[in-house]
Amino acid sequence: MAISVKPIAEPPAAAELHGSPGSPVLAPGHTFTSVTDQISAIVLTRGTTRGWWVGFGISLFFVNVLMVCVTYLIATGIGIWGNNIPVGWGLDILNFVWWIGIGHAGTLISAVLLLFNQSWRTSINRFAEAMTLFAVACAGLYPLLHLGRIWVFYWLLPYPNTMGLWPQFRSALVWDVFAVSTYLTVSLLFWYVGLIPDLATLRDRTQSRVGRVVYGILAMGWRGSARHWLRFDAAYLLLAGIAAPLVVSVHTVVGFDFATSIVPGWHNTIFPPYFVAGAIYSGFAMVLTLAIPLRAAYGLQDFITERHLENMAKVMLATGLMVAYGYVMEVFFGWYSANTFEQYVVENRAIGPYAPAYWALILCNVLVPQLLWIRRIRINPISLWVIAIVANIGMWLERFVIIVTSLHRDYLPSSWAMYYPTVWDWGTFVGSLGLFFFLLFLFIRFLPMISIFEMRELVHRTEEEHDG
Amino acid sequence: MSCPNKSPTLVQLAGAPRELPQFWRSLEELAGDPDFAARLAQEFPRHASVWDESVADRRRFLQLMGASLALAGAQGCSSPPPEAIMPYVRQPEGMTPGVPLHFATAMPRSDGAIGVVATSHMGRPTKVEGNSLHPASLGATDAMAQASVLTLYDPDRSQTVARLGVIATWGDLLGAIRGALASAPKGTGVHILSPPSTSPTLARQRAALIAKYPQAKWHSYEPAGRDAARSAAIAALGEDVQPVYRFEAADVVLAIDADFLCAGGGAVRYAHDFMSRRGVESEGAPNRLYAIESAYTPTGAAADHRLRLRPSGMEAFARSLASRIGVPGVDEATPTDGAYAKWLSAVASDLQAHRGRSIVVPGSHLPASVQSLVHAINDALGNVGQTVTFIAPPAGETVDGASALRELTDALNADAVNLLLILDANPVYDAPVALQFGTALRQARLAVHYGLYQDETAELCPWHIPATHYLESWSDARAYDGTAAIVQPLIAPLYEGKTVHEVLSALIDPAPMSSYDLVRATWQEAFGDDFDMRWHAALRDGVIADSQPATITPTLQPSAASGLAPSEADANSDTFELILAPDPSIGDGRCANNGWLQELPKPLTKLTWENAVLMAPADAQRLGIETDDVVRLECNGQSVTAPACIMPGHAEGCVTCYLGYGRTRAGRIGTGLGFNAYMFRPANGGYVARGAKIAKTGKRSELARTQKHHEFEGRNIIHQATVAQFAADPQSVLPAAAHHPLPSLLPDVPYDGFAWGMAIDLSKCMGCNACVIACQAENNIPIVGKEQVVLSREMHWLRLDLYYAGRPEDPEAIHQPMLCQHCEKAPCEVVCPVAATTHSDEGLNEMTYNRCIGTRYCSNNCPYKVRRFNFLQYTDEETPVLKLLRNPEVTVRSRGVMEKCTYCVQRINHARIDAKKSAVESGAPPVIADGSLETACQQACPSEAIVFGDVNDPKSRVAKLKADPRNYGVLSELGTQPRTSYLVRLRNPNPALG
Repeated sequence: MAISVKPIAEPPAAAELHGSPGSPVLAPGHTFTSVTDQISAIVLTRGTTRGWWVGFGISLFFVNVLMVCVTYLIATGIGIWGNNIPVGWGLDILNFVWWIGIGHAGTLISAVLLLFNQSWRTSINRFAEAMTLFAVACAGLYPLLHLGRIWVFYWLLPYPNTMGLWPQFRSALVWDVFAVSTYLTVSLLFWYVGLIPDLATLRDRTQSRVGRVVYGILAMGWRGSARHWLRFDAAYLLLAGIAAPLVVSVHTVVGFDFATSIVPGWHNTIFPPYFVAGAIYSGFAMVLTLAIPLRAAYGLQDFITERHLENMAKVMLATGLMVAYGYVMEVFFGWYSANTFEQYVVENRAIGPYAPAYWALILCNVLVPQLLWIRRIRINPISLWVIAIVANIGMWLERFVIIVTSLHRDYLPSSWAMYYPTVWDWGTFVGSLGLFFFLLFLFIRFLPMISIFEMRELVHRTEEEHDG
Repeated sequence: MSCPNKSPTLVQLAGAPRELPQFWRSLEELAGDPDFAARLAQEFPRHASVWDESVADRRRFLQLMGASLALAGAQGCSSPPPEAIMPYVRQPEGMTPGVPLHFATAMPRSDGAIGVVATSHMGRPTKVEGNSLHPASLGATDAMAQASVLTLYDPDRSQTVARLGVIATWGDLLGAIRGALASAPKGTGVHILSPPSTSPTLARQRAALIAKYPQAKWHSYEPAGRDAARSAAIAALGEDVQPVYRFEAADVVLAIDADFLCAGGGAVRYAHDFMSRRGVESEGAPNRLYAIESAYTPTGAAADHRLRLRPSGMEAFARSLASRIGVPGVDEATPTDGAYAKWLSAVASDLQAHRGRSIVVPGSHLPASVQSLVHAINDALGNVGQTVTFIAPPAGETVDGASALRELTDALNADAVNLLLILDANPVYDAPVALQFGTALRQARLAVHYGLYQDETAELCPWHIPATHYLESWSDARAYDGTAAIVQPLIAPLYEGKTVHEVLSALIDPAPMSSYDLVRATWQEAFGDDFDMRWHAALRDGVIADSQPATITPTLQPSAASGLAPSEADANSDTFELILAPDPSIGDGRCANNGWLQELPKPLTKLTWENAVLMAPADAQRLGIETDDVVRLECNGQSVTAPACIMPGHAEGCVTCYLGYGRTRAGRIGTGLGFNAYMFRPANGGYVARGAKIAKTGKRSELARTQKHHEFEGRNIIHQATVAQFAADPQSVLPAAAHHPLPSLLPDVPYDGFAWGMAIDLSKCMGCNACVIACQAENNIPIVGKEQVVLSREMHWLRLDLYYAGRPEDPEAIHQPMLCQHCEKAPCEVVCPVAATTHSDEGLNEMTYNRCIGTRYCSNNCPYKVRRFNFLQYTDEETPVLKLLRNPEVTVRSRGVMEKCTYCVQRINHARIDAKKSAVESGAPPVIADGSLETACQQACPSEAIVFGDVNDPKSRVAKLKADPRNYGVLSELGTQPRTSYLVRLRNPNPALG
């Protein structure tokens, strides 16, 4: 595995691992101590910055917006939203799919890249996983809230009951319940298990008594013995193995929600892979959206280097192209099916009343990502951040186009109608964004946002390679 | 106050505590239990005992009211009326709880009553059906009759006698009236205003009143009356006669601005007779209908050929036609364009080829000159006595309503009215504005209003008497053909209502009689010695045998056609002719507070909850107006701003505004909707105002239309063919693919017992909406209000889809009843995560409301979009009186659940249980005879377009229709295998018109 020694700024391990020259995955000159100090300081010693308070305050406000919207929704009914007949699903399911998509990057980065031994994942996996959890939490709200009778949501679960009733397993919505809850459980476990050594570090380093107790309980008695590490590595790898297929399965099942229906525009075999690609695309876009400002705010340029940004941009470009292929295929199938209904969906998307949404989607998801072919744009945090935001908007629009334009004009022209989200739809959406950032702010304040022990490992490996 | 009728009792009670005992006595009547008051006192002794005027504060009142209404609910409901009424169909030994009873009665209307059979659940009428023995019904009904039960339970109905809006007593009122009469012994200055009535008892009382008070004046006025038809009859036929048509005998029908299929007292019967000559099972050769009209109507939609013409062109057309037919003394008007001339000559020759077997029907609102010409044409065609017969008007001696109202107004303005009794009329709202009736009314020394609501007129009358609903009244009424029927009550009056007979009796008779005695007295003479037997028969059957008046054969006056001067055409092309027509749903405004009718999509616009300025696409394009644009309509010095609605097929050069809207005191439902088009009405009561100007305001207001897209985009939804094509090759009327069933991956489920299915003949459907309201009444379907309709959330389980084919200026309109198709391979069932919608072993797609959690996936996956979701709590579960309305056999749905057509599963279960019971007795397998089980929509349909039954029984009508080569399933290429199928719409165009 050894190759010729490069200048010190470019650790050979990283270069070798990626097979391409570029910036390092860890800035040079870091030791175990410096890594641990720098990351744990964010939680333990640096204190709460004014910026954090502002961000936390804003997100807390939107959490309250969400609470108001949800309370009014449950008290009044789905009618406060814009949903109607024929558009039975609107922003509710749209946001569900959008959040679930965002929640894909975490597992992909943690599990799949771990299994593929991509060490550059180390510095971003922790908060990508956290982001996944929070995104899935936001996503999980919507299928509950969109129910006409939320108070009986548990009828979706197969549990023995006196009514003698059982879920209807032919429905993709039941598969959804399992897919999403499994994903949430495994992601949570994976994230928590990965946190244990770092929680122990925090326990050991914290000055506050409360911190010692809380981190101590959460660290579950971690002492860092060889036996612990042996068990830990085995468990972590196993969990990664379990989590990896979920990257594909969750959004496949979400794709089934649409693909197994007979609605023209939904009834497409391409949906599962196209949804997965879209999910990874949007997930990486969201990681970039968050990583770039965090990196600047907390001075983490040493850990989240240009290399990370570039790699994530490449993943976005690749999955973006897959998504674009999906759009092309949708149009092609519409034409090739020789089916009036499918053809009309294509026509209606392109020139119907929601055409602006469709063309904005093409702009956001097909045209703008092509800029990522240019390396200068890939490594420039600002341009990359803008493109990531555009991709997030594009993926939101994609779900809008899929859900609303398919439903609003389906088979019988007599039932065609328009769908307009109401202030409560938007309130719930910005409220869920608020919840997401609320959780994220708590996370970066109280937990190490970069995996300390894995960074130490990276330092070790970098040194080893260097010394070797 | 925006809702003046909201809780009138509450307002009145607070103002007049002294009258409270009156109120409680009426509730006691509602509860139907003499012990009620005693038990109330026991139950709430503290409240009851301290209840006097000094403590009648609002809080105390509400406490007591809430508790008492709960008690009233627990008590069950009102009792049947004390007088003996005769059960129809079944006569149980006593009332069996849970088993509904059926009573024949009649719904009186000024243009002819319709006989109905009312269903009573434990003393509560919940549904009316047509009476198959009654000539105006033959078992079917129309939307207004179906909706009449809602009016009965309307919480905004007036409940007590009121003086200046405050509760008063009947005794006080009688004192006031007698005082006024005493000062006018001969009846000087006594005026009575009422709409024409077909009630023989009322006619008798009217004669008695005039006999007792010779100076009294009776004014007969109806806003949408038949003044013009009356003067035409007098001019052309020399006497006041009314035509009765026999459409079943007519091969060719020409309707001149006449919506005979959906409007008028005989419409249900006429639709039945006319449509009996259409469709596969038609008796005799298929008929042909020509319609010439300004606004599109259901009759125009049913026509084989339709010519659009502005109102001023009607006379020229009639004149030209008369001349072609050979009516002497008529000169043909010069035809203006080729298509028109071609149309005219085709119609003329077709009519002449069917002499004695054709009918020309004029709209009863058309100018007398046109109607006189039509009398002459029918006479010349030899139709009189064959397809057109005449009877004396069922409403008795009629007068010109417009001049009657003018006379009354003059008398009022001359301060010559001592006592004015307004019976069931609302002239303050619906009189032509030029008369200033409201101002004149204030001149009356004593004005008494009698009506179901405290409406606009009641507001200006010092005294108000609540009327009884027909389901609470004893009365009698004649149908369009003069056949009489007894109106018998299903329920004792819910409030302190009086029948019109009781009110008049108080004026006439020394000792006021009950309406029961009054009605019996009327028929005493006619029935003779055999009274009891015939009375019972009349009650049981819902018609009085042999009561049809003799046919009159009038002689055509020589001057009928020739004496008329040609009317001048409107030369000014900048202005529009403004057509003022009764609303297709709420009529002349009387039904404005009926939520079912308000939310009923109007047949050719699918507009609900308001009226609009209906205009032709070409005119709209010229003025740059689109649907939902607010326009300013100016005419006769009056103006209004209202949204425009483009109506394909509307004649150019004219616009239509429906009457009945713009009510200011209709009730919580009807107040403040739309605009009052009566303001444009010419003082002579005409239907057309000339010189209307329309200008865009630049504002927009979204109309509550239930359907906005009217093209079927060439999809497998509607199929049409001509009779000739069908005769030549029956298979050719459908695309080849429709004849081959598709393979399915899903296993076929065998249905061994019953397999319910429905076939709908599109040739017979004209879009009259009777089925929609019948479904709503049967299945406890809530209304949602205008805002929710705008959001596409209406709840109708059965809707009538309207498609236009052809050019937008002159399209064909096709109605398609769309309800749950009960797909054998139902897409909704597989996507429900909780198995709330499943298939029954009889092939029904069933909805388990209790299981539904409201994901709405089933609706997304329904290609027919017939599923309806309770986005909000639409059903009013609070208003106590509305609880009485509900059909106890159908679950009332709450918010958050999906619902849809069940094929009236409650009726199926009823029939199956009965069949099983008799099967146990006889030992044979259970049989439900074909035709004995009807869905609500099928039962209401006047044209028998909907056929329901067991498709497993090859002899059933539905099975035969499904075997017909015209049978197809909508969107069947999806593999849904719908149980509801449609029959290709067959038309019978004149080959000469290509």
